[in-house]
Amino acid sequence: MNALAFSFYIAVKEVWRSRGRFLLLSLVIALITLLVLFVAALGEGLANGNRQYLANLDAQLIVFREKSDFIIASSRLDPTTLRAVRRVAGVESAGPIYTAAAEVVSTAKPIKVSLLGADPDFPGMPEVAAGRALRGGDSNEVVIDRNFAIRSGLGIGDVIEIRTTQGAEDRFSDLQIVGLTDGQSYLFQPSIFVTPFTWEKVRSQSEADLKDDNPYPNIIAVRLASPGEANATAARLMAEVPRIEVADIVTTIRNVPGYSAQQSTVQTQGIFTLLIGVLVIGGFFQIQVLQKVPQIGVLKAIGSSNISVGAAAVIQIVVVTALGVGLGALLTFLLSLGFPPTVPVAFNGNSVLLSILALMLIGPAGGLVSVFYAVRIEPLRALRLQ
Amino acid sequence: MTKTVLEVRDLVKTFTVDGLPIHAVDHVNFQVHAGEFVGLVGPSGSGKTTLLAVLAALLTPTSGEVLIDGRALSTMGEKERVRLRRSRIGFTFQSNNLIPFLNAQENVDIMLRLNGYERNGGRNGTVELLSRLGLGDHLHFLPGQMSGGQQQRVAIARAMIHNPALVLADEPTAALDTERAFQVVKTFAALIHERGGGGIMVTHDLRMCRHVDRVLQMRDGRIVAEYNTASQIDSFASSAG
Repeated sequence: MNALAFSFYIAVKEVWRSRGRFLLLSLVIALITLLVLFVAALGEGLANGNRQYLANLDAQLIVFREKSDFIIASSRLDPTTLRAVRRVAGVESAGPIYTAAAEVVSTAKPIKVSLLGADPDFPGMPEVAAGRALRGGDSNEVVIDRNFAIRSGLGIGDVIEIRTTQGAEDRFSDLQIVGLTDGQSYLFQPSIFVTPFTWEKVRSQSEADLKDDNPYPNIIAVRLASPGEANATAARLMAEVPRIEVADIVTTIRNVPGYSAQQSTVQTQGIFTLLIGVLVIGGFFQIQVLQKVPQIGVLKAIGSSNISVGAAAVIQIVVVTALGVGLGALLTFLLSLGFPPTVPVAFNGNSVLLSILALMLIGPAGGLVSVFYAVRIEPLRALRLQ
Repeated sequence: MTKTVLEVRDLVKTFTVDGLPIHAVDHVNFQVHAGEFVGLVGPSGSGKTTLLAVLAALLTPTSGEVLIDGRALSTMGEKERVRLRRSRIGFTFQSNNLIPFLNAQENVDIMLRLNGYERNGGRNGTVELLSRLGLGDHLHFLPGQMSGGQQQRVAIARAMIHNPALVLADEPTAALDTERAFQVVKTFAALIHERGGGGIMVTHDLRMCRHVDRVLQMRDGRIVAEYNTASQIDSFASSAG
């Protein structure tokens, strides 16, 4: 029987015979897993709340006004810019996006929303998942995010009343819901979509703005004929269209105010949780090895190699960690079923896999010291000579 | 002529304590033959356990030579020493003898697992040996569920199961009452004689020497007396009261 098979036998026997003790550690790892997966899901959920609309845009480039530092709220484009952008070679389609904030007051409790203006059938207007798309012009129609529909209990055909401020007065506008979209949260608020004409009519405006009926888009979403030629087209846009700057979607998201800071905070929480996991597991296995010094001494005295002893320790750590991570993942899944859609947690396959991989590594990382210690125990310990 | 399973030639083991050399084992010479059970006695600090550690290839001697089954330990690397301990030496220790999470049968089987199941009739050999030691109905008992005497008998079975050339026992009766201690030593002696390997038992309890074939008495690292005949041994053992 080779050393590895012997190690596996010893490791698994001990785990099984002392299953209460090891299960306890697995439960600790399960709780750490739960925490890590929820922090990751929270990060994803918060990120979605901030970027979802932008991330789901059917576009590769975003045109900003020059010197706006790629901040959407700081960018205000001349209405003629759209035509110029559409003429640039490589641009398949371009749609203006108008952003503003509003409050829906017809619900039981007022709900703040992102009021987004976009041209139907152009980049910037999301696909309608239920109902129909907006009709152009002054339609007094609105397409709302499904999350908003769930939260407010509204559906297609209902009329919502929104409140904005124009000049020094509150303006109340009625809009009829004609369609629902999926996953269109922006700046942590559900989005409602109207045509540019309606947007200009109902949005909050200063006294000065009220004198001008032309809507000014904040940004233009550009869909390319060849998405692989984004850099070249961006360069052409900047060369041919005056007073603009161009960014890809990732850069645009990164420059959403607070997004990067928020993500790095959440990631730091995740990393600290993993570090705590490393210390907890490391401490447990170190104490366990210290308790087993005479036993390891006997094993070595009767002819177990260092490789066998070290491998047994590693196998034990991996088995206990895998059990803990598996339990934690199951627990997370079961808990996630009970969360209402309004809670900003989102499980993303890649980030869950990455977290599980990181969690699987914290066991061996934490137990590394104890493995080295076990390997270095002298067989003389069995004879009480050391 | 009976085969020599252990030969110790002019063995010295020196430790340095506070800059001063301490000869824990001082020019020791002796042999153990197949089927011979030797008692190694002496007061605390006489060098018994150090000698045992050198014989077990756990300590490297300062000078001299140890040959087990005709093979010199000095010619072996660490891996070979580990292999030797696994295949040609059997051990029982004073305490912490058994692996606490393995039952009696598994504790004995561990030597077969280390050496390969095909030898010694595999698990059947374990059950047979434990049954002979009166533990047939304790095969699935964990060490914590057995008495000290039962644990020592399991340890003896583990030391014997792979038919080693040499069995080394460090104070195997230290934790036992007199009656159980005699039982354990008697069983040990019977198995050594029957299986044909050599055996050395370190003990500070001279009464236990009644069941050995030869007694080596140590003091200050040296062998100061040797008792070979039954009457000499009996008289020596009786001197302990």
